[in-house]
Amino acid sequence: MPSPRYWREIPSRYRLEATKCSSCGKVTFPARKVCPGCRSRELGKLRLSRSGRVVTCTVVHVPPGDFLMHAPYALAIVETPEGARLMVQVADCDPAAVAPGMEVALEFRCIRKEGHGGILCYGYKGVPTPPAGAEEPPLAAGNDAAAEKPQPAATGTPEASHA
Amino acid sequence: MREVAIVAAGMTRFGELWGASLRDLFVEAALDALAGAGADRLDSLYVGNMAGGQFVGQEHLGPLVADHMGMTGVAATRVESACASSGVALRMAFMEVASGFSDLVLAGGVEKMTDGADVAEVLATASDQETEVYHGVTFPALYAMIARAHMQAHGTTEEDMAWVSVKSHRHGAANPKAQFPRQVTLEQVLGSAMVSEPLRMLHCSPVSDGAAAVLLCPLEQAKRYTDRPVQILGSGMATGSLALADRDDIASLDAVRESAKRAYAMAEVGPEDVDVAEVHDCFSIAEICCIEALGFADEGQGASCARTGETALGGRMPVNTSGGLKSKGHPVGATGVAQAVEVFEQLRGESGERQVEGARIGLTQNMGGSGASSVVHIFKGV
Repeated sequence: MPSPRYWREIPSRYRLEATKCSSCGKVTFPARKVCPGCRSRELGKLRLSRSGRVVTCTVVHVPPGDFLMHAPYALAIVETPEGARLMVQVADCDPAAVAPGMEVALEFRCIRKEGHGGILCYGYKGVPTPPAGAEEPPLAAGNDAAAEKPQPAATGTPEASHA
Repeated sequence: MREVAIVAAGMTRFGELWGASLRDLFVEAALDALAGAGADRLDSLYVGNMAGGQFVGQEHLGPLVADHMGMTGVAATRVESACASSGVALRMAFMEVASGFSDLVLAGGVEKMTDGADVAEVLATASDQETEVYHGVTFPALYAMIARAHMQAHGTTEEDMAWVSVKSHRHGAANPKAQFPRQVTLEQVLGSAMVSEPLRMLHCSPVSDGAAAVLLCPLEQAKRYTDRPVQILGSGMATGSLALADRDDIASLDAVRESAKRAYAMAEVGPEDVDVAEVHDCFSIAEICCIEALGFADEGQGASCARTGETALGGRMPVNTSGGLKSKGHPVGATGVAQAVEVFEQLRGESGERQVEGARIGLTQNMGGSGASSVVHIFKGV
């Protein structure tokens, strides 16, 4: 991804900036110029909460080239309390355990490396929120589970140390 | 507006056709269609193609294919709407003839997918680069999420989806132009490699090369070219959000529903009048969602139709008698017109073992991306 493009997308990638329609109230992520609900152009900026609920999900076993070392990984559409929906990976858990209805926190992570220079690209990933009363979230087979291990563990990836 | 007919059709075999280039494929299908009508001229042509620039580094396909068909000078336009490219090319040709602008127009489609490009990455450009591809989305992943949503909302099972593949391959086994003309068992589908949960390899259409073409003219001139023209009764197109996350109901393909509504209204027929349909089964779950959106099954009830045989040959509403994208193959830019070729042959009684007896009204539905664009055509044998 050429750097101007990456730079341009920082408001949504780093700050989860969305728009809220002052006419119909619809929240849209990333920010838009025209409300897809009612076509109003009176839109205010809104930063999304760092949490949400899984609407639908999958586990990718055959990934695109840039994600070869991540598979299998969970992808989910997550709805935030404001009603915005966004596509994210869900990390720090067994990908097969991700299911509709699951509560996740949205955490700032490294998403991918791009190009020959290996430019690091950041954004948000979902991380399961432990149910009330539970202890540490499981750190078993997830893509980011190797974050604290210096050696390249079988389940880890070089990207994971930036995650 | 003038009434419009298809008077001839042509199609290459679908498959990994390493001996043929993009231009070779298109020329074969287009000349096949011209020969079928005994026509040696064209007013214009449309070539549906999703990603020639990325698959083989070739854009500007209009003049290229016109030149190689021996038709240099003819107006020629490339049409792109991802996997619905040639369905939309057919619509453009229909509109050009219906409007009175031209009398003889070729609508074709072509895709050359096996020349070494990273197919998953090229196809993913039909989804939202900024909000989907960035996070590692693939097309199987998007349809897997549609499948999960359908399972959640309607109780659809992996076995329901597997029956769609079994049914498609049973039809495709009798299609000599199919990429995989052989039957598969339920066990083979359910035991095939996982691609994106819950979709396995045998839920997914293959990577294919191929081309297809049909020739259109005003209905009143059709007898010059054939004794058995097929009239295009209606054409409907609609769009939805490109990003799956932006849809209110992820299990429902609203653009498909809307495009069907428009085509039915124009044709003045309803789903109950359709005798044979080719629908866009890029994944098994897609056929389930599409037959619901087309009104062949009630909302949430599409899952059981393949298992019960309702959508099989001999059933109440035969769907994808060609084998569908699953068994016939899915050279993405060629698919929409290839569907029209199957329905053209069905309505002329030329489908051999796959013939739907007495078929009079046919329908094709072709969509792009995760259903963000959809185009429906309705045909009648005359």
